[in-house]
Amino acid sequence: MTVLVIAEHDNVSLKTATLHAVGAARACGDDVHLLLAGHDCGGAVRDASRVAGVARVLVAAAPQFAHGLAENVAAQALQVLTQHRYTHVLAAASTFGKSVMPRIAAGLDAGQISEVTRVVAPDIFERPIYAGNAFATVQALDPVKVLTVRAVSFGAAQLGDAAAVVQDVVPAPDAGTSRVVSIEQTASGRADLASARVVVAGGRGLGSGANFRLLEPLADTLGAAIGASRAAVDAGFAPNDLQVGQTGKIVAPALYIAIGISGAIQHLAGIGDARVIVAVNKDAEAPIFGVADYGIVGDLFDVVPALLAALREDGQQQQAA
Amino acid sequence: MKILVPVKRVVDANVKVRVKPDGSGVDLANVRMAINPFDEIAVEEATRLKEAGHATEVVAVSCGAGACQDVLRTAMGIGADRGILLQTEAELQPLAVARLLAEIARKEMPQLIILGKQAIDDDCNQTGQLLAAMLGWPQGTFASSVRVDGATVTVTRDVDGGAETVQLALPAVVTADLRLNEPRFVSLPSLMKAKKKRLDVMPAETLGVDLAPRWNTLKVDAPPQRKPGTLVPDAAALVHCLKHEVNVI
Repeated sequence: MTVLVIAEHDNVSLKTATLHAVGAARACGDDVHLLLAGHDCGGAVRDASRVAGVARVLVAAAPQFAHGLAENVAAQALQVLTQHRYTHVLAAASTFGKSVMPRIAAGLDAGQISEVTRVVAPDIFERPIYAGNAFATVQALDPVKVLTVRAVSFGAAQLGDAAAVVQDVVPAPDAGTSRVVSIEQTASGRADLASARVVVAGGRGLGSGANFRLLEPLADTLGAAIGASRAAVDAGFAPNDLQVGQTGKIVAPALYIAIGISGAIQHLAGIGDARVIVAVNKDAEAPIFGVADYGIVGDLFDVVPALLAALREDGQQQQAA
Repeated sequence: MKILVPVKRVVDANVKVRVKPDGSGVDLANVRMAINPFDEIAVEEATRLKEAGHATEVVAVSCGAGACQDVLRTAMGIGADRGILLQTEAELQPLAVARLLAEIARKEMPQLIILGKQAIDDDCNQTGQLLAAMLGWPQGTFASSVRVDGATVTVTRDVDGGAETVQLALPAVVTADLRLNEPRFVSLPSLMKAKKKRLDVMPAETLGVDLAPRWNTLKVDAPPQRKPGTLVPDAAALVHCLKHEVNVI
């Protein structure tokens, strides 16, 4: 079993999602290679060579890989896949992996298994369907298995000493049909939503974008990432990349605090792996209470400040003791 | 310019599906069906492009059983000019659907194909990308804005950590994300008018495409149930529980 993982990076460093993808790759086979297509990507290559369990890093460096365009990265992967024998090719089910992997599957004439949550056997995988209301166990029939994997379902490979062989490969030519015009990063300086230990998420109940910012001191106190329900994103209270749920981010924190979120099934699909769920909602009938470990029925505009005060008081007591 | 919009018939987004007790699948008997919400957004976007003078014709296409005519009528109610059903009773996986759509694209020669980023039944999120690769076209996935200018389309994409704007040479494939638009309410007169629009039905098998499944579903399970939790009276009690009962803070 030789597994090719398509690395996601910003040329400077490797994305955490790729460490989880390597975790999934090691469940498929022992010999794991990383393909890193980038431009001026020395930093990312250094990271890649330090990932535990990766035997070889294949580097394709050329300007057409600067922004990870799916057309070019997939062409590079297909070139590598014709030159080496691989049993599996996979990436994390991030927006990058979701864009690139099906193009590879099309080139291999293989059926892609999307958003794998468990590797049962090298050809048998579990994946959620119907917004996580069901889990299908499927057997892939193609000679090369093409997968995207849900990052939070697999432990991250550790970064250690540089141990992998780094090998340059001939860059595949630029498809020349697409180019990146601009990139807008939402800078928050907070923990990454998909890998945060604590997530504080807000919903329609917050009522406005200004009120949504009430979550910030709470998140600061807890060292938490901030998330949002689709309703909050649709209403413009929070940016799109904070959306948690079926079509947004899947999170698996130790603690998920849902503030003013009713708990539509599409939202619950994104938080099923949270260890402890807390819900604050004034509607005692809200479906979120059906999955919450702890609930407070009350006005969030009273509860959030009280919670903040209780946490701060608790922190001060701890300092005093 | 012609726009092709593939649409899928799926379980209505408001239905909570149940897994069959024998684990063979989900129970779809007597369940309300509808156009995939992301495809509805795609039809709306194509219609707006036509209304703005960027497109001359919007063609909706669906693959599957005869009942898929419903969602083609919905698409025509929103504004598609005509519909094509590639009819088959076979279970279609994304690779087979993309191959069928690629054949139709070769016949219809659209400059733009817009479809939903994922279907809310299998949640695969791959048909648009597969189709783009098969045709050798560029793709703009997870679109929150689409602007056609001359020989290119500029797509703003919702990506992890923000937004990215790409410019694609036409012909191209765009997959619609939630923020792209809010589909219009389809009035009764529009639906009546849609009934008179042309709908071609052809057996999918006649396109000479391999429709064989590439994976077998061995079983389908219900997700693990969370135990019902407890209500706590106030914030102080909550902090106490989080600290001493479950040790998460």
